[in-house]
Amino acid sequence: MTRRPPAFVVALGVVAAGLLVLPLVALAQRAPWRDLGAILASGPVLDALWLSLATATAAAAVCVVLGVPLAWVLARMRGRGATVARALVALPMVLPPVVGGAALLFALGRRGVVGDWLADQFGIVLVFSPAAVVLAQAFVAMPFLVLSVEAALRSVDPRYEDAAATLGAGRWVTFVRVTLPMVLPSLATGAVLAWARALGEFGATITFAGNLRGRTQTMPLAVFLALEHDREAAIALSLLLIAVAFVVLVALRDRWLLTSGRH
Amino acid sequence: MTRAAPALAALVVLVGGAACCGSGSGPALRVSAASSLTAALTEIADAYERETGVHVVLDSAGSQTLATRIVEGAPVHVFASADADPVDAVVASGLARGPGEVFAANTLAIAVPLGNPAGIRSLADFARSGASLGLCARQVPCGRAARRALDRAGVDASVDTEELDVRALVTKVEAGELDAAVVYRSDIVGARGHLGHVAIADDDNVRVQHVIVALRGGGAEADAFVDFVRSPRAARILRTVGFDVS
Repeated sequence: MTRRPPAFVVALGVVAAGLLVLPLVALAQRAPWRDLGAILASGPVLDALWLSLATATAAAAVCVVLGVPLAWVLARMRGRGATVARALVALPMVLPPVVGGAALLFALGRRGVVGDWLADQFGIVLVFSPAAVVLAQAFVAMPFLVLSVEAALRSVDPRYEDAAATLGAGRWVTFVRVTLPMVLPSLATGAVLAWARALGEFGATITFAGNLRGRTQTMPLAVFLALEHDREAAIALSLLLIAVAFVVLVALRDRWLLTSGRH
Repeated sequence: MTRAAPALAALVVLVGGAACCGSGSGPALRVSAASSLTAALTEIADAYERETGVHVVLDSAGSQTLATRIVEGAPVHVFASADADPVDAVVASGLARGPGEVFAANTLAIAVPLGNPAGIRSLADFARSGASLGLCARQVPCGRAARRALDRAGVDASVDTEELDVRALVTKVEAGELDAAVVYRSDIVGARGHLGHVAIADDDNVRVQHVIVALRGGGAEADAFVDFVRSPRAARILRTVGFDVS
């Protein structure tokens, strides 16, 4: 068997794993294990956890509903335009989230280009609302889904779609019945990544949605504030967030990615 | 914690080192300033640099955040805090060269966007539900002070956001996203005409004392900067941007 990677690759891999895991171990080491239950059972913590789970799930749903069509369009684009469009879609990944939040304010704030109109026409004010949290999260999380799905769509052998078309299927039916099932593992991966990114979102949320308990104060915001005055509570909150995400990621991976992702 | 500490310290030094060496030559004096003090201390640091040739590098965040970083070993030489509590934490951990010194005071005021679109007149308006209102979070000094003032005024505030530091709060008023926020008077003066000002009644208002302290890592250089910040020259700068200096 020559499938095992060479020693230096394993060594670098171990370093990478250490870089990712060591801070988490240090966090666990400082955790107030004895008081953990009391800290986590408090009202503000449960409010923040519930809000985080609800908004991150909503954001992931927004990413799927809007991101799959975008990925489909991108995957069928050709030439220079496609390269530029792809780069634009990836930009929120490199943009500092705080700047993303400010950009959302300029667009959707009360005095923003679109926000002004929304308030005038419909009386809708997004800023400082749970909807603003979802939008901020979707803004930073969408590229993870789009890029993942788009790459998968481009790698689908066009002969399957041609065959479906030959048999009389329209574009929509071909996509839903033939193409989509083939990219489902990538869609699931993208959705999970988007959900995880949304769950940890901080900068865009605080800038665009503000911070109010039970309304816009997600777990990362609660952790940041706790860090200011009560270190142990901050660590306890972080551990809870990590544990919840870990359980969900492991469960999803078993159910979706591992079984359907391997050929 | 003991085993992780050296690695953490090394990381802080690496990151700090990478951040420090962009400009100037020679060692720089590293000053951490509360976000409410940043503008004034930038001017003071410029004056200090012109006078002594010592390069000052300022970084700014909420006072509590800065105190946490310092206690965790951030290589900072001087700490200027919006109130005494964060300095007490730093002094208690044995990292200060002496007790904190008050160098300026502030009072609170209500910041509104230009033209005061929501017609805010006093703290009592913070109980209104129609307007978009903000405070600092109660964990940071401006939030503590604002709540003391609201208590004195007997106002049960209903706000839309509790921002993590006063700069973020001021920015949201300037942008017109908030109709009013309780901030320091110096924040409104420092905004140089971009913010409207609604006074808080003297009986309700709260006086906040800003505290500066030289840190162990800074040596005599840090003491010299602290002395400069407490000098008549710095006092003039502080007064022009709305601080009280006795």
